[in-house]
Amino acid sequence: MSEVTMPRLSDTMEEGELARWLKQVGDVVVKGDVLAEIETDKATMDLEAFESGVLHEQLVSEGTMVPIGQPVAVIGQGKPGTAKPEAKVPAPDVADSAEPESDAPTSEVAESPEPVAPSPTVGKHRMSPLARKLAHDNGIDLDSLTGTGPDGRIVRADIDAAISAKSEPEVATSEADKTPTSGGDEAELIPLNKIRKVTARRLTESQEVPHFFLTNMVDVDRLIALRADVNSGLTEQGIKVSLNDFIVKAVAITLRQHPEANASYNGDSILRHRRVNVGIAVATDAGLVVPVVNDADVKSLSAIGTEVVALAGAARDGNLTLDQMSGGTFSVSNLGMFGIDEFTAMLNPPEAGILAVGAASPEIVLRDGEVTEVQKMKITLTVDHRAMDGATAAAFLRDLKEILQQPLRILV
Amino acid sequence: MTDSTPEPRVITYRQALNETLRAELERDEDVFLIGEEIGIFQGSYKITAGLIEDFGPKRVIDTPISEEGFVGAAIGAAMLGLRPVVEIMTLNFSLIAIDQIVNHAAKMHAMFGGQVKVPMVIRFPGGGGQQLAASHSQNLEVWYAHIPGLKVLAPSTPAEAKSMLTAAIRDDDPVIFLENLALYNMKGEVPAGEQVAEIGKAAVVKAGTDLTIVSYSRGMVTALEVADEFEQQGVSVEVVDLRSLRPLDRETICASVRKTSRAVVFEDDMLSYGIGAEISATISEGAFDYLDAPVRRVAAAEVPLPYSKPLETAAMPHAADLSRVVRETLDATQFTK
Repeated sequence: MSEVTMPRLSDTMEEGELARWLKQVGDVVVKGDVLAEIETDKATMDLEAFESGVLHEQLVSEGTMVPIGQPVAVIGQGKPGTAKPEAKVPAPDVADSAEPESDAPTSEVAESPEPVAPSPTVGKHRMSPLARKLAHDNGIDLDSLTGTGPDGRIVRADIDAAISAKSEPEVATSEADKTPTSGGDEAELIPLNKIRKVTARRLTESQEVPHFFLTNMVDVDRLIALRADVNSGLTEQGIKVSLNDFIVKAVAITLRQHPEANASYNGDSILRHRRVNVGIAVATDAGLVVPVVNDADVKSLSAIGTEVVALAGAARDGNLTLDQMSGGTFSVSNLGMFGIDEFTAMLNPPEAGILAVGAASPEIVLRDGEVTEVQKMKITLTVDHRAMDGATAAAFLRDLKEILQQPLRILV
Repeated sequence: MTDSTPEPRVITYRQALNETLRAELERDEDVFLIGEEIGIFQGSYKITAGLIEDFGPKRVIDTPISEEGFVGAAIGAAMLGLRPVVEIMTLNFSLIAIDQIVNHAAKMHAMFGGQVKVPMVIRFPGGGGQQLAASHSQNLEVWYAHIPGLKVLAPSTPAEAKSMLTAAIRDDDPVIFLENLALYNMKGEVPAGEQVAEIGKAAVVKAGTDLTIVSYSRGMVTALEVADEFEQQGVSVEVVDLRSLRPLDRETICASVRKTSRAVVFEDDMLSYGIGAEISATISEGAFDYLDAPVRRVAAAEVPLPYSKPLETAAMPHAADLSRVVRETLDATQFTK
């Protein structure tokens, strides 16, 4: 008899949604079988059985958010119901006889029907009868509650807290009503989807990182020319390399030369990553995601280009796997296609750096005594100051600028 | 009447029983006492002390060691109109007479279509803790509380001993009257004059708002002790004394839990199939929507009670056990003062 718990499927995961049960109570389970699909903050993953046996219990219904480590199923031997998940009742004997009553069958009898119930409506929320009644009487949304009782049971204290929390915003609303508005329905309520929730949380964390910005102006005439050359040669293969692909490649090569920039602050140490994995910020309808091009320093431009197209497509379709979004060591965010001249990007912890790339635009410069027009692009580096100092970061940015201005070096 | 003074007096549970038997013997000549060693020896626990001198051997009858015989004799006498009060030396020996009690006393009235009544009382002490070993230390009142046709009373104070024994003797049904060895020397205030309890009524002996402890008989002493202990910590504990195990006053129990939303049952008997199980089921049926935590039970270890003092003590439920379970129940509901 063993419990299957919600696994930690990614570094940032705190809870997972049991999206779908693939094994039902009574089904024979072989080690490695997929019991259920778990939807995390990043992707949908399989929950595999680590033991063989028979699925005795589904402890949560589909659609339930489950914290990491909380049991979701019980796998046992023989038919379900032939044994208890755990022996809560110690066999009475003389030695511990002073307290057999406390671990009495009460809890077992009273509590087992809820988690056992396979129906999605029954047992979705573990709660005391009183809490259930109070929630109903006060119109409390059970999904919004976190139980603080034993095993997460929702008790009266949780409902009381929810009731007072509910009444507080009402006060705030009435305050807000006093400010002049042009009419009702001033705002539409858009509930946060999972990506947006994670983005909000991660960027809030990111704000806590002591950081600074360095900006450089890059002459990209040669880069643009090189890209045109390269693409003309690739037309027949149906491959097109973007300016951003060049930048990714250039960043990767520069990171290889500057291992101190390919790092993470780690509390009492600094992690220098052996691989150069560049994350690329991709806007989707659902929100911002950052798929990762692994080993970008050793991949060819066309390989990077092909991979980025595939990753961006998967991102827009919501099909990115966890692997495709994990392991980044540095990120690139490019708003050039929107005509943004320059901007600063927020760090994507634990990465120590992110490069914000603006649009290339023509500028008049004096070159070799002649006034001429060149394409310029502003790049801004955001740096985790705990991992890197200003001079270190400046050296990185200087070398990045040089390689972008002499882009043939990208190819060697 | 011995209670000539109007003022309440502080007397022992034993004395309250003795005085009540005397009062009822005086009041009604149909009342008589029957049992082992209750006359010349004055009773194994001296409940009948002095009575044979004043009422004679026809009304205080010493019997051979034959529980089945003298219980059967008393049933017959009751059927013919007398009001016997049987003393069985301890609850444990009532098992020898259980066929008479369960198959005859309890059923006569119904099986003969109401033609006969069996107005009798069977008194005996239950309980352990006196190093009387497993076969002499039991709390089997639940066996009798299970049987329709019987009434089962369990007073926890001298005052209740008086009012409930009076009510039992005057009731027309067979009444099992549960005493407890550990209560006989308990002192308490007993009102003067005639006191007749209402059979089938529990009592809220201490009002509270945060948690209900339900108990009866000797368990009440512990229940009140623990309630006071929590009171000092700012937890308001209500204590319900069942008083009557059959009929059971379910409404008083549920009303209390509807108020407090938490309940712990404390009993001297074994946990399985016990009084606590019945109370717990009653609460889940009558106060389900008011519960904020499962009803917990504190009871004796499920072992034949050991003779050895340390083991006997370990096997019996104590204040510390009750206290811990009360605390766990409060914690389970995030109780804060």
